[in-house]
Amino acid sequence: MTGQPQAVDFRTGDIPTPDVIILTHKLSRDYHLGSEVVRALRDVSLQIRRNEFTAIMGPSGSGKSTLMNLLGCLDTPTGGEYWLNSQKVSELDDDELARIRNKEIGFVFQTFNLLPRATSLHNVELPLIYAGVKAKARHERAVAVMERVGLGDRMQHKPTELSGGQRQRVAIARALVNNPSILLADEPTGNLDSHTSQEIMEVFEGLHEAGQTIVVITHERDIAAHATRQIHLLDGLVEQDFTTEKTA
Amino acid sequence: MLSGEILQVAFQSIVANKLRSFLTMLGIVIGVGAVITMVALGTGAQRAVEEQIQRLGTDLLSVYAGQSFRRGVASQDRVSLTTDDADALRRDGYALKAVVPELSRNQQVKYGNRNINVNVLATTADYPEVNNYDIEAGSMFTYGDDDSRRRVAVLGYGVPDMLETNGAAMIGQQISIRGIPFEIIGILAEKGAQGFSNPDEQILVPLKTGQFRVFGTDRLRSINVQVLHPDSMNVAMIGIERVLRREHGIQPGAPNDFQIRNRTEFLSTAQETTQTFTFLLAGIAAVSLLVGGIGIMNIMLVSVTERTREIGVRKALGATRSNIMLQFLVEAVTLCMLGGIVGILAGAGGAVALAKLQGWATVVSPQAVVVAFVFSAVIGIFFGLWPARRASLLDPIEALRHE
Ligand SMILES: Nc1ncnc2c1ncn2[C@@H]1O[C@H](COP(=O)(O)OP(=O)(O)OP(=O)(O)O)[C@@H](O)[C@H]1O
Ligand SMILES: [Mg+2]
Repeated sequence: MTGQPQAVDFRTGDIPTPDVIILTHKLSRDYHLGSEVVRALRDVSLQIRRNEFTAIMGPSGSGKSTLMNLLGCLDTPTGGEYWLNSQKVSELDDDELARIRNKEIGFVFQTFNLLPRATSLHNVELPLIYAGVKAKARHERAVAVMERVGLGDRMQHKPTELSGGQRQRVAIARALVNNPSILLADEPTGNLDSHTSQEIMEVFEGLHEAGQTIVVITHERDIAAHATRQIHLLDGLVEQDFTTEKTA
Repeated sequence: MLSGEILQVAFQSIVANKLRSFLTMLGIVIGVGAVITMVALGTGAQRAVEEQIQRLGTDLLSVYAGQSFRRGVASQDRVSLTTDDADALRRDGYALKAVVPELSRNQQVKYGNRNINVNVLATTADYPEVNNYDIEAGSMFTYGDDDSRRRVAVLGYGVPDMLETNGAAMIGQQISIRGIPFEIIGILAEKGAQGFSNPDEQILVPLKTGQFRVFGTDRLRSINVQVLHPDSMNVAMIGIERVLRREHGIQPGAPNDFQIRNRTEFLSTAQETTQTFTFLLAGIAAVSLLVGGIGIMNIMLVSVTERTREIGVRKALGATRSNIMLQFLVEAVTLCMLGGIVGILAGAGGAVALAKLQGWATVVSPQAVVVAFVFSAVIGIFFGLWPARRASLLDPIEALRHE
């Protein structure tokens, strides 16, 4: 089950090789609470290559979500470098980050985060709207990706009219619709029962087989077992990083 | 694309909170409605004054005899203004279109067996045109009638009534003024009472006929002067002053013994007053519009708080700050403009109702409607800006965590 830890040799001033989708170099994130400083992430350096399926694990408070928010360009680091798809994003401004989130990143959240008043189809179209895709192309792409996650017959349903597993499929469709370089999921099965969780993980596996690069945060070993690599965090540091044989 | 989404979301949000949107809009409706009604009232009053000025003629000056002064002391008798003065003005005046002398007295008038006392006005053939009278029946006398001192009379619209007779039937009949028989050749159209005097209750006769056959004097009551153009009022006045001073032999430095009055002067004062009145009304109404705007701001702040999570999701999916800002701004402006449209309809309805029920003159001008509409949009932008900015600056992570 255990493979080799991935080698990280990168120095400031280097440019990552093209097959490296994600590269962090001494990435850190400090929170200042009054006079106290919480070091949620300490000099984390790691590389994720194209078509890797990575699970990030670790106890509560170890910095998983902090790392995910940085990788997803929702947050900016207090130190270090972050390269996404050969672009140094750790120094971009707000509007440029919005564009990166739109084009390069697909998010799947634990709480789905669908717009409750919109149909599932419209939810899936949202990233394309902000990308400026015209209505006809938008509709076609959204329909195609809805069918890919097995929701071809639920396009006009509102989120409240769907089961938890179906909602998460809508969220996955939304994350995929703009062909992102990386799919990021923060505990995507945290609100689902174990059977549905397995179904969702099978969707991820299918996407991985089709070439998608995926990073999933999870607490659960059997969820992490779907991944091809596991990174364990502890107190803001990488404790373990290894590739795995898949267990079915 | 994006603009479609922004408009759609704005409408969705307004429709999703129908009652709240309605109550918020009500503030704008009342504000815009009040402004429209108040401005309509003011504009109506102004229009009424303007019409009165038009009726009096904006290009008319009146010359009256004044007091004569001898060594700085006012003499007892009023200096006369004579037909010679009128001739001199006609000859030497500057920028004048018509000079119409008026010689008038109240006279005993007899028609059949009826007797009335009425104002008889000896004047020239220009009188109806200069004073904006139309001819109802028959015709006006001519300068030829004047020169040959014919005994012809034109009746004011109200005179047949005073004589309790049918007007049209009187044409060609005899009427006696101070015992002298006149032939009735025309009747003037109605002009309507103007305050103290009734211009329809008078009888016109040719100037020379009146001067020599009826009154036996050349002392005029006044000379009305029509200038070539309203703008040449001032040069015309200076010209008249010069001619009359010369005619009356007034020494340089001595005061005039006549007065020149611009007929519309007192009405322009009235016009200014109604204008002030309009601004005042509109100002008061604008305060209620301001209150409506604050209501919009309040509800937009609530809306931003309620939709914090939605803002977070949109940002995570690639919405920029300006996308989010525009989203909320459009919502505020849409609310305001909907309120503005309803307010304009309500305000116009109010103005019409006031005109019907109270008989007040109201005019809903297109300018007022356009200004009110644009202003309601501006209110939306002004009061929507701050909540929209707050939404756009939300931190995506915190927004996503918001319950
Ligand atoms: N906004 C914040 N302000 C201050 N401290 C924060 C903030 N967000 C996270 N932290 C701290 O950073 C550390 C890492 O938090 P993080 O949310 O990344 O943990 P996690 O691994 O995702 O935990 P969990 O499994 O419970 O989701 C924690 O100690 C947390 O208290
Ligand atoms: Mg977490």
